[in-house]
Amino acid sequence: MTTETGSLARLEAEALAALEAAADDAALDRWRAEWLGRQDGRVTVLLRGIREVAPEERAAYGAAVNALKQTLEERLEERRQALKRAELERLAREGAIDVTLPGRPQPLGRLHPITRTLRDCLDAFRAMGFRVAEGPEVEWDRYNFDAARIPEDHPARDMWDTIWVNTLIDGKRRMLLRTHTTPNQIRVMERTPQPPVRVVVPGKCYRQEATDATHEWMLTQIEGLAVDEGVRMSDLKGVLYEWARAMFGTDRRIIFHHSYFPFVEPGVEMAIDCFICRGDGRQCHTCHGTGWIEILGAGMVHPEIIDNAGYDSSRVTGFAFGIGVERVAMLRWGIEDIRHFYSNDLRFLGQF
Amino acid sequence: MKISLNWLREYVDVRLPIEELARRITDAVAEVEGWRTIGEMWDPALVRVAKVVAVDPHPNADRLRLATVDTGERTVQVVCGAPNLAVGQTVAFASEGARLFDGHTGEPTRLKLRPIRGVESAGMVLSERELGLSDEHEGILVLPEGTPVGVPLADVLGDVILEVSTWANRADLLGMVGFAREVAALTGGVLREPSREFTASGPAVDGLVSVSIEAPDLCRRFTASVIEGITIGPSPAWMQERLRKAGMRPINNVVDITNYVMLETGQPLHAFDYDLVRGKRIVARRARPGERLVTLDGVEREFDGEMLLICDGEGPVGVAGVMGGGNSEVNDGTTRVLLEVANFRAGSIRRTSTLLKLRTEASLRFEKGLGPEMAMYAQQRALHLFETVCGGRIASGIVDVYPGKEPPRTIVLEAARIAQVLGIEVPVEDVRRILGDLGFIVHHVPPAKYSVQVPSWRPDVEIPDDLVEEIGRIYGYDRLPATMLRGTLPAPEANPVMSLRERLRDLAVALGFQEVINYTLTTREKLALVTDPLDTVRRNPLGVVNPVAAQHAYLRTSLRASALESYAANRRQAEGPLRLFEIGFEYLPVEGDLPIERPVLCAVLGGSREGRWHVGGGEALDFFDAKGAVEAMLGALGVRGTFTAAEEHGLLPGHTAKFGVGSEMAGIVGQVHPETAAAFDIEEPVFLFEVWVEDLVRHLPERPPYQALSRYPAVRMDLAVVVDASVPAGAVLELARSHRSQGVTTRAELFDEYRGPGVPEGKKSLALRLWFRADDRTLTDEEALKVRQGLLARLGREFGAELRG
Ligand SMILES: [Zn+2]
Repeated sequence: MTTETGSLARLEAEALAALEAAADDAALDRWRAEWLGRQDGRVTVLLRGIREVAPEERAAYGAAVNALKQTLEERLEERRQALKRAELERLAREGAIDVTLPGRPQPLGRLHPITRTLRDCLDAFRAMGFRVAEGPEVEWDRYNFDAARIPEDHPARDMWDTIWVNTLIDGKRRMLLRTHTTPNQIRVMERTPQPPVRVVVPGKCYRQEATDATHEWMLTQIEGLAVDEGVRMSDLKGVLYEWARAMFGTDRRIIFHHSYFPFVEPGVEMAIDCFICRGDGRQCHTCHGTGWIEILGAGMVHPEIIDNAGYDSSRVTGFAFGIGVERVAMLRWGIEDIRHFYSNDLRFLGQF
Repeated sequence: MKISLNWLREYVDVRLPIEELARRITDAVAEVEGWRTIGEMWDPALVRVAKVVAVDPHPNADRLRLATVDTGERTVQVVCGAPNLAVGQTVAFASEGARLFDGHTGEPTRLKLRPIRGVESAGMVLSERELGLSDEHEGILVLPEGTPVGVPLADVLGDVILEVSTWANRADLLGMVGFAREVAALTGGVLREPSREFTASGPAVDGLVSVSIEAPDLCRRFTASVIEGITIGPSPAWMQERLRKAGMRPINNVVDITNYVMLETGQPLHAFDYDLVRGKRIVARRARPGERLVTLDGVEREFDGEMLLICDGEGPVGVAGVMGGGNSEVNDGTTRVLLEVANFRAGSIRRTSTLLKLRTEASLRFEKGLGPEMAMYAQQRALHLFETVCGGRIASGIVDVYPGKEPPRTIVLEAARIAQVLGIEVPVEDVRRILGDLGFIVHHVPPAKYSVQVPSWRPDVEIPDDLVEEIGRIYGYDRLPATMLRGTLPAPEANPVMSLRERLRDLAVALGFQEVINYTLTTREKLALVTDPLDTVRRNPLGVVNPVAAQHAYLRTSLRASALESYAANRRQAEGPLRLFEIGFEYLPVEGDLPIERPVLCAVLGGSREGRWHVGGGEALDFFDAKGAVEAMLGALGVRGTFTAAEEHGLLPGHTAKFGVGSEMAGIVGQVHPETAAAFDIEEPVFLFEVWVEDLVRHLPERPPYQALSRYPAVRMDLAVVVDASVPAGAVLELARSHRSQGVTTRAELFDEYRGPGVPEGKKSLALRLWFRADDRTLTDEEALKVRQGLLARLGREFGAELRG
């Protein structure tokens, strides 16, 4: 018994020493075959030899050999883990890569800054219950001008230098590239038999205009229109205030100046406080020292236009506004030249 | 318009600092674009008013003279070269050290005295240019007689000139009196109107001239007076100074009075030499077709039958409301003046000046819509000046033909309307004060109405809401709270085309494409490079009459040209992969109607794909990159495209496919024909695809076709078949994907296409990976093999496919 136990202890010491010497997976597999192999592993053989042990000693013998087997199996697993860890440590140490090398280039698409700005604006208005609609870029003069109370031979037409389409209809030029999105006020109301109307209409507009850093002949506008009983100028102020805060920061302030557009009464221009110089920059190129940045035109829809839509202007009122998206984009990113937008230089577009 | 603050002060007290005044005017009246301060740099101690008491020749120079000048403190001698120097003049005098502008260079400088041709000079008599008033440097500035000697020049000549931009419907703001009325209403001041008193000492005007209006629809009022005993000469210095500050050039006393009164009242006037008016008769009538007149600017002009002319007994003497004729112009010999002050229909003047391309100070005012009452007001004001300034003898009576007389307009304004429109109540006393200050006559009809009579100079005020605006702007929009819209929301309007456009935009970006936005106008030549000669619609784009530039003269009928231009421009900037896309409209002409605006996604790509480094790169992008992008987009939208070989102008045959979704073609993908690419200066292979948004939207599922995940595993196996080389791989794949057998569905992907050794000549091998799956059970390998066998048999029947040995 003692002899047996003593020889098992020696055996264990021998096995563990061999295990310690095994330095890789292959060596471990060989060790396992030698000691724990199913057929003739040395411990397996011992287990099998239980038949030759005296019956009264068998139980103790079996327990001792099984304990040896379990110990070897556990130590084998530990050794395997230790070798794996050592291998990973070696990999981390000796196989270290230069992490300052550039990453592998990936294809990256971007939206045009005008699209981004347009979407942000529309999202702000959607949050206030506005729907989004569209109208044609090539427009009839009666929608662009007459229905907006800008008759021929009226000096207000000078406010919009028009590009005319070279097509005669009944001997007259009637088609033009819309100079503003305002015709959509008429178009939307025409297809809405009854108020409420609450809509924003984005789209391109065109002006017969020489280009420079602040003037472009192709423009993106957003027309806004809300018509219903109880729509007030203070609501216009509230809606534009929320929009301005969404686009330019929550601490923005806005003011209305008196202005004139034939299709609104009263008409105003809205300015936001200059967030570049915060109101004290005589040299400020953005606000020219006034502390205010003119940003859009707006007003209450002229009652004649409400009546022409078939609504009753004594009960129904409305407001309208027109936002120049390029101007908004220029302000939010500090872009100095409007001509960048449609020259499609990736050095420019890649910055947004 | 230029507003001199000093001049404005003649009509209203202004005590506000200029910044504050400008801000208030911008808030409530018209936009102040800026202002210029005159005399800011004149040192009160060094630049002062002086009087010329003697003029003597310079001993050493013919062109120079010696002026003896009383500076108020002492009498000094200065050397002066101005030809207009004369004894008795009141002048601007600068002492040593004064800050001035150099008379020759215009640069700011400091006066340094030194002897001129051997004579000491104690100072300098100044020209307008040296004072920074204008570019005038011919002679010295002569101040109005009676200007106190010895006072700082800044006190008498210093001024602030506001640059104000007014509105298209407010002719009254183009007169100082009208502008002053607004300032008075805004600041609580009182308007002082200029004097219109005069004494009629001449013969009865009826005996001197008769006036008739033959076109009362175009000429609503015509007043005429005659002034005798006039000597043409310069107008007084104060009047000249004001005209200059307003940006007008003084001419002579008669013309200056008409301009001055126009600037003061906003009402244009015209002076004829009475003795050149033939027949002593004035007729306002439409032009006879082809009628001509040489206008004051020396240009002969021809008129059409809708233009209004002012004629005398024999023919035209003026273009009504635009410009007078040279044949009756006031000249140096004029002694009698016929003064016309009339009112014309705004649209008619606008039309005439537009067609004649002749915009004048007069036409700019008439076209904005002047009240006809202003004609008599200006007539009287001018006669006051003719009497006091020119010493003219005024004929008694003023001819006044007034077919367009209308009673004053009265508007009933409900008090509730103010709150309905503005969102705030405005107290009765504020309404009365504001409208009253602006010249409206207000009767409060208790409890809640106002009866408002509109002043004649405000024809733009027509309806109650116009009054609401008057009240709102003066009361101050800063008093409006910011409120939120109330009431119900409109029903949502589905716009599937717009939604799909935005979705495609996001997908293209996700696939690595950069969005561009191009001008929508281009040239016919560029469109011809990318459209089919037989496509009569796209080959006949809509042109515009007045393009901003020749390269933007036609509305694009294809996005491909601008896409390739963007590609070429960016290729010049950088190497590497380029992937660009735009979503825009094709403008397709329709006879007699607006064009169809057809939304299209157009993308171009080329160059070497991303490699390991940012320089250099991997293998070149090719057709299958373009097609892969299309497939990815369609896949994301829940549909699969069917691609078939196609030919398309501008694309390379054999490298182009159209794709359909459902029964409809929804786009195209292909390699840009190298010749077409070269026409756009692109030397490398470049690929293009288009998605036709409206065609695609009709075949999109409303929702993605969702399928619950199967609980049973798929069996994966490969199948290699040999088919004729001409069999489209897509068809084989399509068939495999559609294969179903006893509740087993097949997913299939191609993973190799091979021709060469081991495969017979004229044949190709296609390798398919197949996944078989049943919804209700785990397939056994035997079942899967049977399904594969069935698929192989079908491929054999349809395409002659054989199992690759
Ligand atoms: Zn600023």
